[in-house]
Amino acid sequence: MADVITYREAVAEGIAREMRRDAAVVCLGEDIGEAGGVFKTTAGLFKEFGPERVWDTPISEQAIVGAAMGAAMTGMRPVAEIMFSDFLACCWDYLANEIPKVRYMTGGQVTVPLVVRTANGGGLGFGAQHSQATENWALTVPGLQIAAPATPADVIGMMAAAIRSDDPVVFFEHKGLLASKGSPPPPDHVVELGRAAVVREGADVTLVALAAMVPVALRAAARLAEEGIAAEVVDLRCLVPLDMSTVLASLARTSRLVTVEENPYQGGWGATVVSVVADEGFGLLDAPVRRVAGECVPLPFADALEERVIPTVDKVVATVRDLTAY
Amino acid sequence: MDSAELLALYEQMVLIRRTEKAAHDLFLQGLVKGTTHLAAGHEAIAVGASAALRADDYVFATYRGHHHALARGATPEECLAELMSRATGLCGAKGGSMHLTKAATGMLGSYAIVGAHLPMAAGAAWSARLRGTDQVAVAFFGDGATNIGAFHEALNLAAVWKLPVLFVCENNLYMEYTPIASVTAVARPAADRAPAYGIPGETVDGNDVVAVRDAVAALAGRARAGDGPALLEAATYRHFGHSRSDPATYRPAEEVERWLKHDPLDIARGRLTELGVSEETLTAADERALDVVRRAVEAAKSAPAPDPEQALTDVWADGSAAWRT
Repeated sequence: MADVITYREAVAEGIAREMRRDAAVVCLGEDIGEAGGVFKTTAGLFKEFGPERVWDTPISEQAIVGAAMGAAMTGMRPVAEIMFSDFLACCWDYLANEIPKVRYMTGGQVTVPLVVRTANGGGLGFGAQHSQATENWALTVPGLQIAAPATPADVIGMMAAAIRSDDPVVFFEHKGLLASKGSPPPPDHVVELGRAAVVREGADVTLVALAAMVPVALRAAARLAEEGIAAEVVDLRCLVPLDMSTVLASLARTSRLVTVEENPYQGGWGATVVSVVADEGFGLLDAPVRRVAGECVPLPFADALEERVIPTVDKVVATVRDLTAY
Repeated sequence: MDSAELLALYEQMVLIRRTEKAAHDLFLQGLVKGTTHLAAGHEAIAVGASAALRADDYVFATYRGHHHALARGATPEECLAELMSRATGLCGAKGGSMHLTKAATGMLGSYAIVGAHLPMAAGAAWSARLRGTDQVAVAFFGDGATNIGAFHEALNLAAVWKLPVLFVCENNLYMEYTPIASVTAVARPAADRAPAYGIPGETVDGNDVVAVRDAVAALAGRARAGDGPALLEAATYRHFGHSRSDPATYRPAEEVERWLKHDPLDIARGRLTELGVSEETLTAADERALDVVRRAVEAAKSAPAPDPEQALTDVWADGSAAWRT
């Protein structure tokens, strides 16, 4: 394998590793076969595994996720692609009512080991119906695990954990990260779901970020370092299970907290993180908490408008500066 | 069908009718909360279809699914205990009337969002094909589901992938409170749509257990042989309203009378009599079923309520409900 791998290649590599390991893993989705996916995140899978394991579907999001559920209930480990995360709304019944509830309402009789992969988030100028960060939608539903990797190595490691999980996982691949590069992980690299990572150490403030907001937080931390402010950056990696112990441990070192999230402030995951901190870690704080989040508007098209709406390095830097002066 | 086999199907239908009557009575006594969607009148579809299926085939049902759960191996006792919120209920009292499920016998659930389970059945059929078995999956649904997007998505996917799945519509003429004919562009809401997907669309007297058995056997055999999905529209009628809050006064008296005379139990009884089965034998079958249900009611009544801590289990496969690590 090459010395570097892109995030988009890591998606296909992560799936391929699991398909080689377990014959029960099958893929379905729109344009995922010979076309290799509209984002080329399934490139090579059709060639290696053939049409019996990589299935092109009609544009039928309900059928895709519903069929994945039926297959998962009966012995397969399907990996379903919903092309853009905005389209999760087209099959929301399955994500909100069927998949996360069937184990519970049958008293534990049924297991649904499936992965729903989807391209999430803004930054590419796709307009309001192809650019949303929707991870907070899934966060409102008990019974879904939520993974959102920020690096190629994590894509592969978390894909392995997601496909091997006996529980349903919604796997958010960030469109803004697809071209980013990193080291390919070793064989059988698995990143347990629900383990956050401290990706930069610092003593003055904790920045908690997810997916495309991780590099934003890291760039902000580099700028702040020039001003003598040492920011620690925590990559949450998953929203469910949520690793609050890593966040609280970081906060014990820094005493200041900023969440950096792309989804709208209203109902965003940062609110959950902050509420747990208020509940269990209030004594660790020397300052108020701050949330840098998306504005509560549909994602606009023009770069200048989009930048106004989603978190940027400048916004994070300004927020941290204010907070450290508190 | 010989008389012994038909007698067994008849007794199963009586058992379901008696269980539904018990559910109705227990509701009126305040022992069943929420709601029930009784399937009295639909028995021949569940029993006839089950008789045509193998034990390892998959069944997906709707919120009106008591008859399918019972036909696929759930006992009256575990079903009634579930309705009565007892710990011994089929789903540990976490599901209730609308979610009766017995996965161990292939009864993969009752789903209360109209039409949602049709793609799931397609998925189970896909899984059977991927695993190289010759199992089939069956989705039972009401006429109202034929106007839901998931119906059309499931039919198209099943057809293009040639999946071993049967879509069985229980057309009882009413979509909840509204006549299906008044909101549907074609006369036969299920069967008339089949040609659009290039699959067989057949109709059957859903109150004749033998006719249902034969129709499902033929279509399941076809699916098992690799010839793909089919749609079966079974004409039937609800003896009760849509749910417990519905007295069904919107139905014309003449229509109700006509359908009550076309009762699946009477039809099976008539066939048995023609086959030379005595009145005593039939009455004995009635009594056996009644006795099973009577004992089921007593057992469910004396079963304990679930431990409240059970509310915090079974979200995840490890049994827990933890959302943090």
